[in-house]
Amino acid sequence: MRAFEYVPAKTVAEATSLLAEKGDQAKPLAGGTDLIVMVRENRRQLERMVDIKDLPETNVLSYSPDTGLDLGAAVPCHKIYADDAISAAYPGLIDAAKIIGGTAIQGRASVGGNLCNASPAADTIPPLIVLGAICVIAGPNGSTREVPVEQFCTAPGQSVLETGELLVSLKIPAPPTNSSSFYLRFIPRNEMDIAVVGAGASVVLNDTKTAIVSARIGLAAVAPTPLLAEEAGASLAGKEISDEAIDAAAEAAQAIASPISDMRGTAEQRTHLVGVLTRRALNGAIQRVKEA
Amino acid sequence: MPGKVHVQTTINGEAAEYLCEPRQSLLEVLRDVLYLTGAKEGCNNGNCGACSVILDGRLVNSCLVLGAELEGKSLETIEGLADPDQLHPIQDAFLENAALQCGICTPGFIMAAKALLDQNPNPTEHEIRYWLAGNLCRCTGYDKIVRAVQDAAQTTS
Repeated sequence: MRAFEYVPAKTVAEATSLLAEKGDQAKPLAGGTDLIVMVRENRRQLERMVDIKDLPETNVLSYSPDTGLDLGAAVPCHKIYADDAISAAYPGLIDAAKIIGGTAIQGRASVGGNLCNASPAADTIPPLIVLGAICVIAGPNGSTREVPVEQFCTAPGQSVLETGELLVSLKIPAPPTNSSSFYLRFIPRNEMDIAVVGAGASVVLNDTKTAIVSARIGLAAVAPTPLLAEEAGASLAGKEISDEAIDAAAEAAQAIASPISDMRGTAEQRTHLVGVLTRRALNGAIQRVKEA
Repeated sequence: MPGKVHVQTTINGEAAEYLCEPRQSLLEVLRDVLYLTGAKEGCNNGNCGACSVILDGRLVNSCLVLGAELEGKSLETIEGLADPDQLHPIQDAFLENAALQCGICTPGFIMAAKALLDQNPNPTEHEIRYWLAGNLCRCTGYDKIVRAVQDAAQTTS
């Protein structure tokens, strides 16, 4: 690896000023499972890594049924799925946290890092989108701003983060009554792979669990950024649960996908998969509400 | 060029300190600075698990950790597993079940198995296979490794 400076930050303010000083030559380090590989392979050159793993704000993991989840940007995946209350409240996020890499990767990799890496195929982003997550971003000079997660990624590997800004945490609203979520991806093997397509869904059902009050659908690996399929989700609002309604939502999701053909799959296969996975994600989320 | 970092840490239960460059991975520090050559470099990008170690109780790939990150932490490596006169039960089980051929992946598999049995003393075969999915072996076909971990679970629980 090329030489760089390693600085563990002690406060958020110190982290943002350490980042701001070096501009695009500095990056925050959380789990390092993407960043260290990129620097080693010379895909990214840096003068400074700012370790943000030991800050209280980036390590917060606090859930309440009233206010929802505060998820620090450096919390590794294994801590999230080890928490029973969080697992019960946000099963779609857990579906994703459990399939990122193997055990050793999940011991270090964070959801915040997965988001900042801004891969179109990132597994945790569709569930964050369908759960309505808000990104809490600290800037230099003590400023803070909030960005809805579906607006965070701007292009492959690019995000709204500006020089000196740090993703501190994610806020996920408390799940409404009779709601659940689900995420799945297609890969040609059982484990340890990158999504050919990923789809997440969240649903809120009525009291009798026979109709959909509202739904959100998120897609990965079918566009330059993960997508919120807004019309597809909205098409289900107020509908009785039926194969026809779910098929129509899946077709609406397919309509906004603009996949490429690459080594993992063709555009045609990916568009087909959006339909299949959207149906499965919706049915999976509905099933979870019914079983709760 | 940035200077070296002075790190004070605990390795296999003993206080340790070293100087490393910020760009050196924990794997490079273990092998090239501390001469603990049990952890192996396979892919050097987090896919193969040959460099698996246990950091503060969690299985990690040492190629994806910086040596400089170890300040104040506690590390377990394959070198700390056996007593001076007795192998660890997981090591015995790998020998008894012939769960290795060339041996390059073995320290990683044994550390991964230890991390599993530390938190789940009686894993199912399914749990073992998923837990070990980040460790690659190109010789054995995995069945003997899975049986060794099952045997070790019997012995240690």
